[in-house]
Amino acid sequence: MSLAACLIIPAAGAALIAACGRRPNVREAISLASAAATFALAVLFTPEVLRGERPRAVLGEMLPGLELVLELEPLGLLFALIASGLWFVSAVYSIGYMRGNREENQTRFYACFALAIGSALGVALAGNLLTLYLFYEALTLITWPLVTHHGDDDARRGGRTYLALLLGSSILFLLPALAITWWQAGTLDFRPGGILAGRVSGWEASGLLALYVFGIGKAALMPIHRWLPAAMVAPTPVSALLHAVAVVKAGVFAVLKVVIYVFGLEFARESFAWLPWVAGLTIVAASVVALRSDNLKRRLAYSTVSQLSYVVLAAAILTPLSVAGAALHIAAHAVGKITLFFAAGAIYTAAHKTEVSELDGIGRRMPWTLAAFGVGALSMIGLPPAAGFVSKWFIVSGALEAGQWLALGVITVSTLLNAGYFLPILYRAFFKASQGAGHGEAPATMVAALVATAALTVLMFFFADLPLALARSLR
Amino acid sequence: MSVVGANYSYWITIVLMVGGMYILIARGNLLKKLLGLAVLQSSVYLLYIAPGKLIGGTAPIIAEGYAVYSNPLPHVLILTAIVVGVATLALGLAIVVRIREAYGSIEEEEILARDRADDDEAR
Amino acid sequence: MLEHLAALIVVVPLVAAPLIVLVRSRRFAWIATTAASYLSLLFSVQLFWRVATLGPVSYAIGSWAPPWGIEYRVDALSSFVLVAVSLTASFVAPYAQRSIAREVARDRQYLMYAMYCLCLSGLLGIAITGDAFNLFVFLEISSLASYVLVALGPRRQSLMAAYQYMLMGTVGATFYVIGVGLLYLMTGTLNLADMAQRLPGVPDVRPVLVALAFITVGIGLKLALFPLHQWLPNAYAYAPSMATAFLAATATKVSVYVLLRFYFGVFDPARLFEHLPTREVFVALSLAAMVAASLVAVFEQDVKRLFAYSSVAQIGYITLGIGVDNQASLTGSIVHLLNHGVTKGAIFLLLGGVALRAGAAAVRLETLAGLGRRMPLTALGLALAGLSLVGVPGTAGFITKWYLVVGALERGWWWVVAAILASSLIALAYVWRVLEAAYLRPPAASAARGEAPAPMLAAGMAMTALCVYFGFETSFSAGGAADAAALLLRGLR
Repeated sequence: MSLAACLIIPAAGAALIAACGRRPNVREAISLASAAATFALAVLFTPEVLRGERPRAVLGEMLPGLELVLELEPLGLLFALIASGLWFVSAVYSIGYMRGNREENQTRFYACFALAIGSALGVALAGNLLTLYLFYEALTLITWPLVTHHGDDDARRGGRTYLALLLGSSILFLLPALAITWWQAGTLDFRPGGILAGRVSGWEASGLLALYVFGIGKAALMPIHRWLPAAMVAPTPVSALLHAVAVVKAGVFAVLKVVIYVFGLEFARESFAWLPWVAGLTIVAASVVALRSDNLKRRLAYSTVSQLSYVVLAAAILTPLSVAGAALHIAAHAVGKITLFFAAGAIYTAAHKTEVSELDGIGRRMPWTLAAFGVGALSMIGLPPAAGFVSKWFIVSGALEAGQWLALGVITVSTLLNAGYFLPILYRAFFKASQGAGHGEAPATMVAALVATAALTVLMFFFADLPLALARSLR
Repeated sequence: MSVVGANYSYWITIVLMVGGMYILIARGNLLKKLLGLAVLQSSVYLLYIAPGKLIGGTAPIIAEGYAVYSNPLPHVLILTAIVVGVATLALGLAIVVRIREAYGSIEEEEILARDRADDDEAR
Repeated sequence: MLEHLAALIVVVPLVAAPLIVLVRSRRFAWIATTAASYLSLLFSVQLFWRVATLGPVSYAIGSWAPPWGIEYRVDALSSFVLVAVSLTASFVAPYAQRSIAREVARDRQYLMYAMYCLCLSGLLGIAITGDAFNLFVFLEISSLASYVLVALGPRRQSLMAAYQYMLMGTVGATFYVIGVGLLYLMTGTLNLADMAQRLPGVPDVRPVLVALAFITVGIGLKLALFPLHQWLPNAYAYAPSMATAFLAATATKVSVYVLLRFYFGVFDPARLFEHLPTREVFVALSLAAMVAASLVAVFEQDVKRLFAYSSVAQIGYITLGIGVDNQASLTGSIVHLLNHGVTKGAIFLLLGGVALRAGAAAVRLETLAGLGRRMPLTALGLALAGLSLVGVPGTAGFITKWYLVVGALERGWWWVVAAILASSLIALAYVWRVLEAAYLRPPAASAARGEAPAPMLAAGMAMTALCVYFGFETSFSAGGAADAAALLLRGLR
């Protein structure tokens, strides 16, 4: 059973979906089946990876000495599990959303969705930087039709920002970073301990790091974060799975990979002094913007920008504890934020509301949705019993261990800010007098999906063993 | 004087070359441009052939009493080049005829003005 | 038979042309053209394989031993170019029938095929000959044929475009032949290899330098080296679709080959690059082309002209590699001869289909509106080939860019790296405009639905597939180019 199957299944799924465009039920069954199969495959690989094995598949040689390689290591497996698992949930959710809102071009939507997940898995499994770059760019391109799904002027503008920032940053910064790495290190493989140690000087490494973290625009480090709010013109399932999970996590995942396997934690210590500042600034500034946004999806988007920088900050602390925290946070934020987006989509479908100020009393008409939203919000703030608490705990421990007072301060301030922009929503929803006319919950498949992810958020608090084991085996 | 005298064929070549280029660039009449091109090409013929001729040399046929031969190769080459030049001129004239049929003019300015007018109409 | 391959590859299309004119049947013309194209592909692949396994092939025309007779010489570089040209031809030929039937008047169609065969023969001849004057003859055969191809275009602007192309092209060829004449006067030989051996013994350097200048400008005109590119946008925009695709993919590339052959195989590259400002000139002109021509493309409304300007910019990539002058960058240059040929070939083939369906000679951005729904495969092909122009990984364009960036890094020229990337961004901007028109603008009510005729669509999509294929499997493209680059740097002499 080859690793390549992880990419082939979504691709084949997309082809079948495109072929069955005229029969919606078959099409959506295929979508669910390929999601389930991909997730099952990722689960099957788990024991192997936990035993310390690293399954590897060479797809071909792209350039002399530069192969396209897939290699499964703990971090990649974690990402693959999250992406494929949540794909299944959001496939269920999409059925309700797309039918409920009578969206057009549903076949294209499902096909691109499957391909996007395939590309995200490609990023997760990439065995060297070239492979990662290939799938990273593929992910940008294949999500573009999803972002511009509505085809109107808003979509066109959003799509333009999206493509210009993501492709632009990767062409301008990431590609030269790769070329410089290749030129200096003679390889683009991911190796424990890094490949750059001893080959570039401290300030060169510092500059190279800048090329990497800003080149990986999907990590949404300020000032390359504008594409994420722009991408919110997409249908909500896209925002939920791709712009809270697959795409953005591909970004921070790539940053983590570069820090751990290209620079190496030991070597990175000399040259990373500026990174916590940029990450910290992004965390705080994005939280402030979120606080001031009335549009629900925009608020969630800026919350994502801020939460992504937690991962970058944790990586920049450079202790094993904080790196484990970073890996955990990828998982914790994924389940939490997808719940929040699912809830936002459910509110839009049932009540056609998009602004926070319109949500007075909605919790009484949509109790399940808003309860799930509450769980997601707790996770974002980092309170028990939600997954966000566990990852934050590790990051804070790592920061204490390394004596990173800046990181501690940033985390404290942002926790307050997070509470400041999530709790008022819940207060409005449950305690203010309602103003809207009669509507109930969104379609059942949507509610089921968002309750499931909320439950997952809580479960990950109590049963953090598996992600923890994976995160811990990172070296 | 000796510089000019000894190498006069080169000087003629250069004059033809520059003159041809000048006509080609400065004239707006498509036909005259072609003539400029022909003059330019003729300069090349001279450039090749002149050095091949030795004063007192004969055709390169080995025979008693002849020791000095001219180099025949440039002549052969230029025969080819003349053919190419004739073909180019013929093609150029043919195109000019078609241009005249299509635009009713062979003045570059007028033709370009008509194209611009067409473009404006299309918009 | 096998030992005559080197001659046959030129002779077959050369004989096909007069046959087509004599028979004057459209059907026969197309069959003969296709057969000649595929035979030349077969021959060139065989030659490539022979050169790769057994080393360079030398063939004495008429059994006159070189350097007195004309020598055909195939080495790693020329066999690579031969394959690149005949590969394009093998896609254009099957495409030609339907395209020509729509765009050219019935009584002139056979001429189109004949000219195409002559052009193919000339281009192959340029790549294979080892004789400077014979090269001129082939250069003019291919050029004269391509002027006619352009002039047969569907609009009256085609005539003016062909006229200007002819004027500049002939000046280029004349300059080339002046340069060769001077070299002949100084060395007494026309055989390129022999010339290279005799040049160091020439006491007077000045005529050689003048020859260098004439050849550089002459070939620069032919390959549309910025700022000698003015003929190109109109010629590509107004030529019949199949001619645009063929010329864009091959003609300028073969001229680049001539430049490489003279720079590395005749003149002394060490002196050329160390004592003359060759690097500076090429790098400066290439960067100007990459940035300026791309910017013009961004503001162009006519899609064929847009991609024509993009060609000028992409030729800048090729000449940049010559200016940077090391193994990686030359590999980038040479592999781009193939990669850009395939990419632009695909784009113009697909645009031909769009023009045919739109029933208009001009393809403007509005014409593309809603293409994603009306002609989904064509739109997908344009998108993929467009991404190859940008240099997205997984496409042929990425391979080129990678080599060029690495080459510039090895020289320590950071600003060149920055310029390459900036030009990719501008390329993204013009490709974006095409994609946006195709996918995000609603189709006009009157716009026809349905793909282009099957053979045209198949040829376009196959070439698109090739441009993805060469993005992943590079053992032929980058491998062959690397061998050729190594040969150049070792000295062809």
